[in-house]
Amino acid sequence: MGSKRSVRREFLKSGAALAGGLTLGAAAPSLAGQQAAESHHAPPSWPMIKGDKESNLVAYGDRSKYVTSVRIAHPVGGRPSPDQFGLTFHIASPLQDSVGVITPSSLHYVATTRGAFMPDIDPKEHRLMIHGLVDRPLTFTMEDLKRLPSVTRLHFIECAGNRSSRSGKNVQQTHGMVSCAEWTGVLLSTLLKECGVKDSAKWFVAEGAEEVKGASSMPIAKAMDDGLVAYGMNGEAVRPQNGFPLRLMVPGFEGIFHTKYLRRIKVVDRYYINYNDFGHLDQDRDEAALGYQIGPKSVITFPSGEQRLPGKGFYEISGLAWSGGGAIKLVEVSTDGGKKWNKAEFKGTPQRMAFTRFGYQWNWDGNETEILSRCTDEIGQAQPTRAQIAKYWNKPYDQTFSVPGLDNSVQPWRIASDGSVTNGFA
Amino acid sequence: MGSHKILAFAFVVLMGVSVLAQGPKYGIGRTPTTEEIKAIDISIGPTGEELPPGKGSPKEGAQLYRTKGCAACHGAQATEGPAPNLKSKDPKNPDVWARGRILPLRAPFATIVWDYINRGMPLNREGTLTPDEVYSLTAYLLFINDVIPEDQALDQQSLPKVKMPIGDNYALVPADWKPGTRRLKGYPY
Repeated sequence: MGSKRSVRREFLKSGAALAGGLTLGAAAPSLAGQQAAESHHAPPSWPMIKGDKESNLVAYGDRSKYVTSVRIAHPVGGRPSPDQFGLTFHIASPLQDSVGVITPSSLHYVATTRGAFMPDIDPKEHRLMIHGLVDRPLTFTMEDLKRLPSVTRLHFIECAGNRSSRSGKNVQQTHGMVSCAEWTGVLLSTLLKECGVKDSAKWFVAEGAEEVKGASSMPIAKAMDDGLVAYGMNGEAVRPQNGFPLRLMVPGFEGIFHTKYLRRIKVVDRYYINYNDFGHLDQDRDEAALGYQIGPKSVITFPSGEQRLPGKGFYEISGLAWSGGGAIKLVEVSTDGGKKWNKAEFKGTPQRMAFTRFGYQWNWDGNETEILSRCTDEIGQAQPTRAQIAKYWNKPYDQTFSVPGLDNSVQPWRIASDGSVTNGFA
Repeated sequence: MGSHKILAFAFVVLMGVSVLAQGPKYGIGRTPTTEEIKAIDISIGPTGEELPPGKGSPKEGAQLYRTKGCAACHGAQATEGPAPNLKSKDPKNPDVWARGRILPLRAPFATIVWDYINRGMPLNREGTLTPDEVYSLTAYLLFINDVIPEDQALDQQSLPKVKMPIGDNYALVPADWKPGTRRLKGYPY
């Protein structure tokens, strides 16, 4: 009796007891060494997930062991992440398993310019300095920033290298270098007004605190419009891989401009051409212009490459649409290889520079076909096919054709009569 | 009150608001000292106005290229990697763009080369090079790409004046970018 009581007391003291009275009732008798009565509920009956003080059920919740969706190094066959020095480079998000519009922070895509040396920054020591063409240069601590009026917004970030290829077998490989999260922080315009921007200010340079002090130049108009200095991501602090403790968000611009570990903003009168900006130099004026704001883009995530439809019948086709030009206004889906386009349904209200989840109800007749999606944003930019882009630039559309700027072309998925789904470009 | 008077009144009020908006609203944040700004400001613009005093020659740079470990990643000839090539493999091509994506060749200003060496090199010892060493390494890289002669040292005054081979044969992201506009005028996608 004594030992039985102590086991029970230990059990009640442990955090696991807090997991819920229902599991407690079922598990306690077996812990006491007694035979549990046969459940009269319909089978199957599942074993209990046990918690411990440090993790999963109490301190920081885990997902089910049956959910195994993970990120992968990008591109396939490219530089491994982590490499032999423990550095991570490009990591793609598993869009094929995504639901809704928020990418969990643990699954958010990651890209770095030189292999991520991830600084282990103590937020108490971190500062953001704003200087240059301002009336009053200011230095902010993280505590300072959290005292200022905040905004919380959904925004996608996409890497300029997020282009589909013939070799991409699934949507993670073809489109995984994009994610969408809820970002919380202070508008850059709030901070700049506090400093007083001089009339001669035309550009600003944003710089990170990592080892290479990665820096990019952007027009001051972007800072004053919707630039955001974010300390929060999906309801908690920004993750180190995404710039802890502070990341610059410049919604709709290519990923590289979203400066991580933000430590300094210098307001200047001209384009500074930092090393990161050097990559945006181009021979052609029009192509240079396209390497900035991301175009309208959508992709079907279900059914998508390497998935398999179990048989003919009803399916809700599901996918994501986004644009650097603003909110998504229209998504269309074709289930016959692009002959007929049908309006898709929005799951929620589209927001500026954020994922919009769309759905289209479809009865598959079991015949081989190709499914595609295309979108239009609020300023009238439409997602093109590769053939349309080639035609616009007066270039032959063949396997060597490369879309200028970030590739926002339509992605076809081929569905075979056995239900298997493959990349329509392959 | 006539409509002119109302307009005049509204004008005065709006002016007052815009003047007020120029002052600090929240009083949060600390004013950094000039020394603090100088210590953290490593941005070197195309005019070179932020360049520190110092001097270096291609010959000094050639030596540093070996002793600072540059050659280990960029190759002894600066063309063998694994880090980005710093010398063109096709240096005589009349089309500068065809000579490859080589920073000390394609950069429109020599200040960009200086800024990046100072900011991000060498690997794992970033920020340890002295201004003289950065001038020397910049001079060396410009020399091996036939941008400057071997006997030309560079300093605060001469570096921004180096004539880069790309000239003005390059395009930038649009300076007149405005919110809510298309990526490219007339581009439907």
